[in-house]
Amino acid sequence: MEAVVNGVSERLKRTILNIQEFTMLSYRGFVNLLTPPRYWQDTFDMMDVIGVGSLTIVCLTGLFTGMVLTVQSSATLDAFGARPYVGRMVSLSMIRELGPVLTSLMVAGRVGSGMAAELGSMVVTQQIDAMRALGTDPIRKLVTPRLVAGVVMIPILTILSDAVGMLGGFLVARFTLRLATQFYWHSAMDAIQMEDMIMGLVKPVVFGYLVVAVGCHLGLSTRGGTRGVGVSTTRSVVIASVLILASDYFLNLLILHFVYP
Amino acid sequence: MSTLPPVISFRDVCYAYPEAEDYALEGITFEVPACGTEIILGGSGSGKSTILKLILGLIKPESGTVEVDGADIGKMGEDELMTVRAKMGMVFQEGALFDSLTVAENVGFRLRDKEQVSDEEFAERVRPLLGFVELDEFYDRMPSELSGGQRRRVAVARAMAHRPELILYDEATTGLDPITASTICNLMVKLRDLEGVSTVLVTHQLRDAFQIAQEFVFMRDGQITYNRIDDLNVLDGVEFMVLNEGRAVFRGRQKELWETDNPYVRRFLS
Repeated sequence: MEAVVNGVSERLKRTILNIQEFTMLSYRGFVNLLTPPRYWQDTFDMMDVIGVGSLTIVCLTGLFTGMVLTVQSSATLDAFGARPYVGRMVSLSMIRELGPVLTSLMVAGRVGSGMAAELGSMVVTQQIDAMRALGTDPIRKLVTPRLVAGVVMIPILTILSDAVGMLGGFLVARFTLRLATQFYWHSAMDAIQMEDMIMGLVKPVVFGYLVVAVGCHLGLSTRGGTRGVGVSTTRSVVIASVLILASDYFLNLLILHFVYP
Repeated sequence: MSTLPPVISFRDVCYAYPEAEDYALEGITFEVPACGTEIILGGSGSGKSTILKLILGLIKPESGTVEVDGADIGKMGEDELMTVRAKMGMVFQEGALFDSLTVAENVGFRLRDKEQVSDEEFAERVRPLLGFVELDEFYDRMPSELSGGQRRRVAVARAMAHRPELILYDEATTGLDPITASTICNLMVKLRDLEGVSTVLVTHQLRDAFQIAQEFVFMRDGQITYNRIDDLNVLDGVEFMVLNEGRAVFRGRQKELWETDNPYVRRFLS
């Protein structure tokens, strides 16, 4: 019994310590922007890795999500004779929910895991120690550019994913459901309000921060050689995905309460 | 023995790694004078590399003081430590070169990062450094294209790029063949004797430790000339420390090292 209590208490302590380290890393990552040196070239390089590198996967995800959404919702809408409203359904679902969440999940799998693996390898091969020994702050050099790039590029990728998703929905609506082009786009565009755009842009900013901060934190806290790198990589995807989905719920509550009339 | 103030001073330093039950270092006291050489010997896990991490301020002592150039680095924040680290260079066990940068970018990492030099000046300053370690032709290569010995030589060039007063070597010759290891040792001696750099060497390779202790280098008619002191009575400026399970079981000169009757040291030397 005592062993169980000790085990739980030890685990709890480690979790609290991890949250503290994660918070400190995030704080220092952003505060570093206020003072020089600022690594703009590294930031642009990371924007390229996150943004351009994820373009194909994000567009494909958006396209097929929009297409599936149209197929699925058309059956339900047909029952009420509301097929022309399928555009409204697709655009609101993509912008408010599916675009931000699916884009961030894809980036977490592709980029967040890569960051954890890269930084983890640098830890186990003493490159992080070497950087500190050379007088460079690894958080300033490695974490801050990634955080900025994540927070800027994931919303841009989300906008693209939303647009491609609506286009995918249109293709199915036009060529499978035989819906007139103007019906689809009229319905899709009319439905979008400023509040929806705010929701659709605030979410990816928060998710972008979570994906990058989790990847960097787990990478930099890697222990135990190459096996540790594998563990950090897997954990970064799992933790970032769970945090995206959990924070999505709370962000919905907050935005619905404070932004929507 | 040098009369200059010590570059490094450890006073009764203890350190334990997080979640470890035992001390990694216990009651360590020593000083390294300017232009001096401290050779730290000991088996794996004896705490040798921990001493280097403490000197660099990568970890802080639990008790005791670590001073670099008279400044207590245990009380410094990360920003102040950056200033102290500017006086030091470090050669890590496997080189710890940055995988994503070329050899030249690795060597000139600090020049680019701290001094923002132009491309021309960067090349002007990096080429002689690569020449010093005899790797001029590897300027644009990636670290993955280098052998183990070449990686260590690039690491030496990187450590000396900002003209440090002190260079720390963490098992810089471990895992290398004797000829390559000897080349790395020659570089260490060259840096110490021609550039006046203080040296702290952590190793368990006795042959390399004694090469660094006994070899010296000077310039004659523009040529670098190596020589070796074989009379241990006149050997000066080099101190040995032997660690066992985090404690210093010996500190003294090479002659005293051979004469000590400490059983661990005897076994280590045999």
